[in-house]
Amino acid sequence: MRGLRKLTWVEAKLFLREPAAAFFTLLFPLVMLFIFGSIYGNEPTDYFDGHGAVDVSVPAYIAMIIATVGLLSITINIAVYRENGVLRRYRATPLRPQAILAASVLVNLVMTFLGGLLLILAARAVYGLHFEGNAVGVLLAFLLSALSFFALGFVIASVSPTARVAQVLGMVLFYPMLFLSGATIPWQELPEWLRRFSEFLPLTHVVTLLQGLWFGEPFGDHLKEVAVLLGVLVVGVLITVETFRWE
Amino acid sequence: METAIVVEGLRKVYGEVVAVDGISFEVRRGEIFGMVGPNGAGKTTTIECIEGLRRPDEGTVTTLGLDPQRDGYELRERIGVQLQESALPNRIKVWEAVDMFASFYRRSVDWKPLLERLGLAEKRNTDFAKLSGGQKQRLFIALALINDPELVFLDELTTGLDPQARRAMWQLVFDIREQGKTVFLTTHFMEEAERLCDRVAIVDDGRIVALDSPEKLVRSLGAEKRVVFSVERAFDEAALRAVPGVTKVERNGERVTVYGTGDRLVGGVVNALETGGVPFRDLRTEQPTLEDVFLALTGKQIRG
Repeated sequence: MRGLRKLTWVEAKLFLREPAAAFFTLLFPLVMLFIFGSIYGNEPTDYFDGHGAVDVSVPAYIAMIIATVGLLSITINIAVYRENGVLRRYRATPLRPQAILAASVLVNLVMTFLGGLLLILAARAVYGLHFEGNAVGVLLAFLLSALSFFALGFVIASVSPTARVAQVLGMVLFYPMLFLSGATIPWQELPEWLRRFSEFLPLTHVVTLLQGLWFGEPFGDHLKEVAVLLGVLVVGVLITVETFRWE
Repeated sequence: METAIVVEGLRKVYGEVVAVDGISFEVRRGEIFGMVGPNGAGKTTTIECIEGLRRPDEGTVTTLGLDPQRDGYELRERIGVQLQESALPNRIKVWEAVDMFASFYRRSVDWKPLLERLGLAEKRNTDFAKLSGGQKQRLFIALALINDPELVFLDELTTGLDPQARRAMWQLVFDIREQGKTVFLTTHFMEEAERLCDRVAIVDDGRIVALDSPEKLVRSLGAEKRVVFSVERAFDEAALRAVPGVTKVERNGERVTVYGTGDRLVGGVVNALETGGVPFRDLRTEQPTLEDVFLALTGKQIRG
């Protein structure tokens, strides 16, 4: 337990010392908020069913943070640790592999949460962000979405032969999702055929779920999203357990 | 318990390659035991089977009375490991690494004096990636000692280090043994094995070809000593050949090499030269080394 605590603390410091990870998780969403907030403002419009652009973007950007951490940070971190021999070194101690995975999940969860929190606070202070949902429900949806994307990240790291392949694979999944899921470009902008394609992207379901709950829709309206994300989580964990390698 | 490690009939195959081909040996408590041989001889595979990081295909391994596969976590509480290839996160600081590794064990020593002893105290706030090769290696030794282990594994400890850092590392190994710990090391430097080890197993192609103290291995070879000196003018070589123990005299320009055995060889040669009134200079003797033993046993040259 003491080992897990220390490892988690050190990993948290390492996360913040890595400029790319810290920037894209904590600051980049704010940059997006301020750029698009200054363009579109947050006046309610019919285009967004009576919501403001910022109100719609904040849950979508939270989905973006989840994808960034899951597909880029976790994937690269684990793959590099394996390639460099960091995992080998840990393995020569009594530390359990579960502790390494738990520390990674914990740290990345906290950082994702912080990224979302900063975004919400900034949007509230500057654009008068509206929240019409149930905070506990949104938090649960956030947790489910983050864990299922983290599982996806672990799968990529586990099946990739090298850190480089893991990085490329992570990006190949990340970029289409970033633009086609509604996380950055509102889905209203997409042509019908692209919208149908984006149904196959797990991040689309995160965006739909978070936005829906954000505006007070009940969980019951989003059983499909919950089922898809639960499925990704369970399958991801199973594949990771089967394919995880120390070296 | 007298023995720290018992290996019986250990065999490990990777695909078509037989890495370790049925080796058996014991390591006694409190000794520095070395495995020497060229790269690819099976040293690292053997050490990793003993540490429990690899599963043997055949044979049994008992480390500190434990089965490294079944009791792996328990074993790793009691051993210290320096791996041939490993790393730490680039941006972890030296003190964070030792502090964190200390927390992985039930029992650990205070890391401050440990860093002091390894000459890393001033580097405690330095990132791992910014350490030199020797500093990284010393940090890995610190990590291997953080749990006050009974048995310490050092795999290719000095590979990639300059001669000065290598010598400093040797002193560290003696210090570890001074504290009553058993040391198991591998190296492909014959000189290193000869200087450090109480007993040495010479491995080649996954087998042990000889196992004894370096002195006994060298003596058992019955290899000849060489007495080398320079002379400026012609002299009677027959007088040298008549010295007891001398087997061969070679002359190459000014340079003379006398081959022979026995403790009185040097005295005999010097005496003969003095008696014959032959002026000589730069006289030295060359003892056979482990290198010669390896060459004699395997027919191969090994070079670091």
